[in-house]
Amino acid sequence: MADITAPKLSEAPALRRVFEQTPWRRLVILAAFALAWELYARWLDNALLLPTLGATLSALWSAILSGELPNRTLTSLRVLVTGYALGVGVAAVFTALATLSRWGNEALGLLTSMFNPLPAIALLPIALLWFGVGTPSLVFVIVHSVLWPVALACHAGFRAIPPTLLMAGRNLGLSGGRFVAEILVPAAFPQILSGLRIGWAFAWRTLIAAELVFGVSARSGGIGWFIYTSRAQLETASVFAGLLTVILIGLLVESVVFRSLTRITVQRWGQERT
Amino acid sequence: MNVAPRLVDLAGDAASPSLLTLDRVSISYPTRDGILTAVEDVSLALSAGERLVLLGPSGCGKSTLLRAVGGFLKPSTGEIRMNEQPIGAPGPDRMTVFQEFDQLLPWRTVLGNVRYALERGRSLSRREAEAVARGWLERVGLKNFVDAFPHTLSGGMKQRVAIARAFALEPALLLMDEPFAALDALTRRQMQDELLKLCEETGSTALFVTHGIDEAIRVGTSILALTPHPGRLAATFDVPPGSRTRGTTAFAELEQKIQQAVFADPELDHG
Repeated sequence: MADITAPKLSEAPALRRVFEQTPWRRLVILAAFALAWELYARWLDNALLLPTLGATLSALWSAILSGELPNRTLTSLRVLVTGYALGVGVAAVFTALATLSRWGNEALGLLTSMFNPLPAIALLPIALLWFGVGTPSLVFVIVHSVLWPVALACHAGFRAIPPTLLMAGRNLGLSGGRFVAEILVPAAFPQILSGLRIGWAFAWRTLIAAELVFGVSARSGGIGWFIYTSRAQLETASVFAGLLTVILIGLLVESVVFRSLTRITVQRWGQERT
Repeated sequence: MNVAPRLVDLAGDAASPSLLTLDRVSISYPTRDGILTAVEDVSLALSAGERLVLLGPSGCGKSTLLRAVGGFLKPSTGEIRMNEQPIGAPGPDRMTVFQEFDQLLPWRTVLGNVRYALERGRSLSRREAEAVARGWLERVGLKNFVDAFPHTLSGGMKQRVAIARAFALEPALLLMDEPFAALDALTRRQMQDELLKLCEETGSTALFVTHGIDEAIRVGTSILALTPHPGRLAATFDVPPGSRTRGTTAFAELEQKIQQAVFADPELDHG
């Protein structure tokens, strides 16, 4: 049988390659935004309402140098990762039950439609009653905020797998755990990944909100607490520095963790366009 | 040359023990509007080395029948046996090549797809599996594409991978569910020829589903025609080796004969 030959590819001009690969559009947008902020703040000239970008950055810098902000951030991240991992774990169990049985399917459908619209922060009073003031309450609301969107996305992912692909897997005699791990999960990975992404964003915003509402004790508070106390002391630049930290970490996780995960998985597999 | 339609009752033929036996198989399933009988009372037998084509228009239950042989669904009544044992769950002894292009695992490369199937289906070690996989991919002309991901391939190339995967597992029975139906006419003809060559070289036993008369004559050693709603056996035809070449009078005569016997209305023929 004659070999099929690979198509010949030629290289695009170097300048065009650079422009296509670098996120230069994002940088331009970011720079324009920073400039607008700085100019407007100077024109407003009211550091209590809106500090300049420069003042915010210097507040950020000194908060980092003093070690306070890194500590707060670490505290927040520790709680966040705990809650996130727990939420994803519970979501995996729920999805498995829902995929395996009709009752589980109905239960998950009902539970997600009941609890998904419920803001996690609304559960905070109950969390305080059950777990008291402290990390367990925070973890509880984070689990709630992560669990439903992730379970929903995973379940939808499993249901969207083409039947032919499932048959091709069963044709190899696969069943049970191996079928789940080697066929179902990778086949549903695009949706699972977007569920994890949404779950991460939900967890992050729930945590900061929860920390703002009840500060825990000053010693173990996170970024939310940092923002809250800064506001109480009318250090608006520090408030903005705290917000900036939240944004930067969100951006970092999104662009480093999730983007590279997307690139080496679903984009490579052709399940999402580049 | 005997191409006259005859009813099939080959089950239990002592002279040549059959590899696959369908014993009065009916398949029906519930739909929203009631119970649909897709296949009714089909009996047939297939000996090793034969290539049986199930031919019929859309809705004649031929794919349903193939799925049942694959073990993907259970007959409502009747029995399917392989080597006189009732068939069980789907397994690599009956490899199916589907029509749909998404039968390949998108997260594995061309080589990875075939190698993985060998590791799981034939329990080969990774190294053995890789060697066998490379051999088969070379045989279907994909030597230059082993490291490509399926989404970068054309439809015909994806089907080549699926065919290589099926052959590599050395199944007792190859099941082909209109594998070329979604390809353009030129590619389809080429693939039919290549498949025929592979089947003849390996002496594979195959059950092939198609709605194209020319495809049926090209790849099959015998043809079973089914009528639709519900799917029933209408007629069988033997394909003598001399009739298998396109453009010959024998080919055209057989095509004409099947056309008249199966599709009373020539408009029904999509082949």
